[in-house]
Amino acid sequence: MDIQLKRGLLDVCVLAAIKNEDSYGYKIIKDMKPYLVLSESTLYTILKRLETANMLTVKSVEHEGRLRKYYHITAAGLRRIEEFKEDWKEIISIYRFVTKEEEGHV
Amino acid sequence: MYKQEFLAALRQGLNGLPQDDVEERVAFYAEMIDDRMEEGLSEEAAVAEIGPIDAIVSQTLSDIPITKLVREKVRPKRQYHAWEIVLIVLGFPLWFPLLVTVFAVILTAYVVIWAIILSLWAAVASIAVTAIACIAAGVIVLCGGSTPMGLLAIAAGLVLAGLTIFLFFAMKAVTVGAVWLTKKIALGIKSLFVRKENAK
Repeated sequence: MDIQLKRGLLDVCVLAAIKNEDSYGYKIIKDMKPYLVLSESTLYTILKRLETANMLTVKSVEHEGRLRKYYHITAAGLRRIEEFKEDWKEIISIYRFVTKEEEGHV
Repeated sequence: MYKQEFLAALRQGLNGLPQDDVEERVAFYAEMIDDRMEEGLSEEAAVAEIGPIDAIVSQTLSDIPITKLVREKVRPKRQYHAWEIVLIVLGFPLWFPLLVTVFAVILTAYVVIWAIILSLWAAVASIAVTAIACIAAGVIVLCGGSTPMGLLAIAAGLVLAGLTIFLFFAMKAVTVGAVWLTKKIALGIKSLFVRKENAK
């Protein structure tokens, strides 16, 4: 897949993983596993990028005697998901146009 | 490999990067291992799931901009002594040209790679133009009544057109290769900053 496209998709996937409730690194990877496999180093890069873009905030919470980082989605993050959904509608209609002829032959 | 071993090796691999960056990344991986162990995995299995340290280090290097690496390298780890400052000032005529040269060499490498690519594309374009010109000239000569000359020119034009199509795809592959090479060089330069630090 095109790198830029994949990058944008992964950003939205991670945002979606923390959309309903705050989540932590390992849980994000586990939640995404049925859909796509994400390595730790890739996740770290995405989380950093989203934090810099103010799409999520981070807070450390004590858990079982150690600190665990929880990621919380911001209004900008929620907006990004909505934008993605809008973009995707357009992409789906382009996809239909592209595959129209192929389907006609089948 | 156990957790502490893994984290120590990771810290070693990332040595030379900004200290905050290293600590944050190490903490991130420590949390990942702890969470896996909490789920019931053994310490060794949890570490194994994180994957090889080399892969983490090279991904980290490609994430961090080179300017940040250089800044980290240049920033003194301790206060300079007076004689060191004097030496740096007096040594300016020596180290400054050397520094400029290093950057010039890197820049030259990039320019050379892309100049070759550009000139090759120009060659392909010129062959394409020649092909069109040959065919057009052939048609004109043919209409003028000189059949053998006209056919020869058209044939030459068609051969060149074929060559253009072939070279176009070859050049596309070469350009992709050049992009790959430029990225490799960038990664190589970045890893110089990290490896030197490790050798100390």
